[in-house]
Amino acid sequence: MQHVSPIREPLVTGGKTYHDITEDVSRQVEAKPNIRWAIALAVALFFLGIFIYSVYRTLWYGIGEWGLNKTVGWAWDITNFVWWVGIGHAGTLISAILLLFRQKWRSSINRAAEAMTIFAVICAAMFPVLHMGRPWLAYWVLPLPNTFGSLWVNFNSPLLWDVFAISTYFTVSLVFWYLGLVPDFATIRDRATGPIARRAYALLSLGWKGSAKHWSRYETVSLILAGVSTPLVLSVHTIVSMDFATAVIPGWHTTIFPPYFVAGAIFSGFAMVLTLMIITRDVFRLKDYITLEHIESMNKVIILTGSIVGVAYITEFFIAWYSGVEYEQYAFINRATGPYWWAYWSMMTCNVITPQLFWIRKIRRSIVATFIITIFVNIGMWFERFVIIVTSLHRDYLPSSWVMFSPSSIDIGIYVGTLGLFFTLFLLFAKYFPVVNMFEVKTILKSSSGVPHSLDPEKSMHATTPVTHQNKHHD
Amino acid sequence: MTNKKFILGVFEDEEVLLHAIENIRAAGTKIYEVFTPFPVHGIDDVLGIKRSRLPIAAFLYGCCGLAFALWMQIYMMGYDWPMIIGGKPHVALPSFIPVSFELTVFCTAHGMVLTFLIVCGLYPRLKVPVLDVRSTDDKFVMAIEVKEGVTDITKVNDLLRSNGAVEVNQKEVEE
Repeated sequence: MQHVSPIREPLVTGGKTYHDITEDVSRQVEAKPNIRWAIALAVALFFLGIFIYSVYRTLWYGIGEWGLNKTVGWAWDITNFVWWVGIGHAGTLISAILLLFRQKWRSSINRAAEAMTIFAVICAAMFPVLHMGRPWLAYWVLPLPNTFGSLWVNFNSPLLWDVFAISTYFTVSLVFWYLGLVPDFATIRDRATGPIARRAYALLSLGWKGSAKHWSRYETVSLILAGVSTPLVLSVHTIVSMDFATAVIPGWHTTIFPPYFVAGAIFSGFAMVLTLMIITRDVFRLKDYITLEHIESMNKVIILTGSIVGVAYITEFFIAWYSGVEYEQYAFINRATGPYWWAYWSMMTCNVITPQLFWIRKIRRSIVATFIITIFVNIGMWFERFVIIVTSLHRDYLPSSWVMFSPSSIDIGIYVGTLGLFFTLFLLFAKYFPVVNMFEVKTILKSSSGVPHSLDPEKSMHATTPVTHQNKHHD
Repeated sequence: MTNKKFILGVFEDEEVLLHAIENIRAAGTKIYEVFTPFPVHGIDDVLGIKRSRLPIAAFLYGCCGLAFALWMQIYMMGYDWPMIIGGKPHVALPSFIPVSFELTVFCTAHGMVLTFLIVCGLYPRLKVPVLDVRSTDDKFVMAIEVKEGVTDITKVNDLLRSNGAVEVNQKEVEE
């Protein structure tokens, strides 16, 4: 009983059967690493090396290795932190919000997107931890009784809210992702031939057997996890934005920040998912699972969130003028025409103008154009955070402390280093884990695949027998 | 060590499987377990699986998380070491909302997942007694336990065959 919709485009093309899905996805897990993957990993490891060196310099000599000064006390570190956290949001959005909305197109991309979330949050967490200067004392941010007596952490501070938000977000996303992987690990375990692979995937799959009762509970659990992750993902970036919004710095003290940051996060996250998926589908030959339809759907999300971000930029300007606060007005005029005008206009070009090109169907469905535009969006979103942070800090209330910020080589090293860390983790994931959620694609195969696979007449006879007494045994 | 013997009916299509489950249960044969490569809709009804109580557990974990978070913040900030920060009152409930929310989600998610793993008996192990390895790939496997002297093997075989099983196998598993 295969259904071919006359209106909707298929989500799985190429007339696949259940077994084909297993084969196609498991192939790259079981095959020897190919040369392109090895080269990519070598490059990523090189950048990881830069990260390790920069972190060593930061910890050995102190935060003075960074380009921070007395006025601009947060620059690249918090820019990168917010940027990485934002990138992480698309994964949870795809796995949680689109699951609640019953969007079937999420099935073939949610696995990779969630992996991206986990790795992006790991990269993000590096910055506040390193900014502490003494990361081995990071446990001081937790409400633990300490040697100074019962002095506690400050629950009124948005920076402490971040600690709770990021750690909850990271662990919940990790659990959600891992739980989704368990049935697919079981598939790979049952196909594995080598002794190491069999043992490794046996341990990873937690003894999953795919019994009907377990599936039933599994679906309940993933639905509730999606339900709690949806407000969670919105809360995380809201809280990140409050790090700024609760301050009195002109350019930060804005009530629009929570929705504006969340939209920006989804915007940059989807851009990163697209960048990665375009490469992954090509390298791992997954074009039947990640189709143009998927890319187009994601591009539509980019138009929406990109437009929200654009409206937010204009609203900020309007409110600065409308509030009548001269410091606020100056902050915004300084952003657009001051010494950091190039950063502001890079942000405007990349984030407001480029995504609007997706209104054109041809561009929306072009792989090359999508790849280029998503890179632009990623750059634009980095500049957005840079503009908010550095332009607001470098000229504050006191003109005598006005300075410019320029990053040190260690600042740059840590940033490109986290890109190395991210891609190292992503490449290892793509090689050893199933990048497409096999069992979920199997559930949508009959309702939204391209060419019906042939069923032999005997079976189709059974299949078309009307279901009677559907709830006969249900008490 | 007791050995359990099973008759395994292998199906190739989930809709055929759903009919087979109905007919076999109607014939009075007890189904030990059904293994599928993905969640099949409607299987809960025909197998008579009761609705999971995990949502209730999740709600209770969430309540615990919320209560703990509020107690912790009110006790620490308001009673154990009160300090005036930013002109806020000691027990500043609005600024306790984010942490309370996060801990609620944290406890709900982790408590529920741990409960799920425990009730399903999932933990890392090397040997998995999978009855038919194809059930994690593309086959739907129905297992019927053979009880010495009670189960009529040929009758069960025929029942499975006539309901669309493409293969019927027997397997013994050490428990």
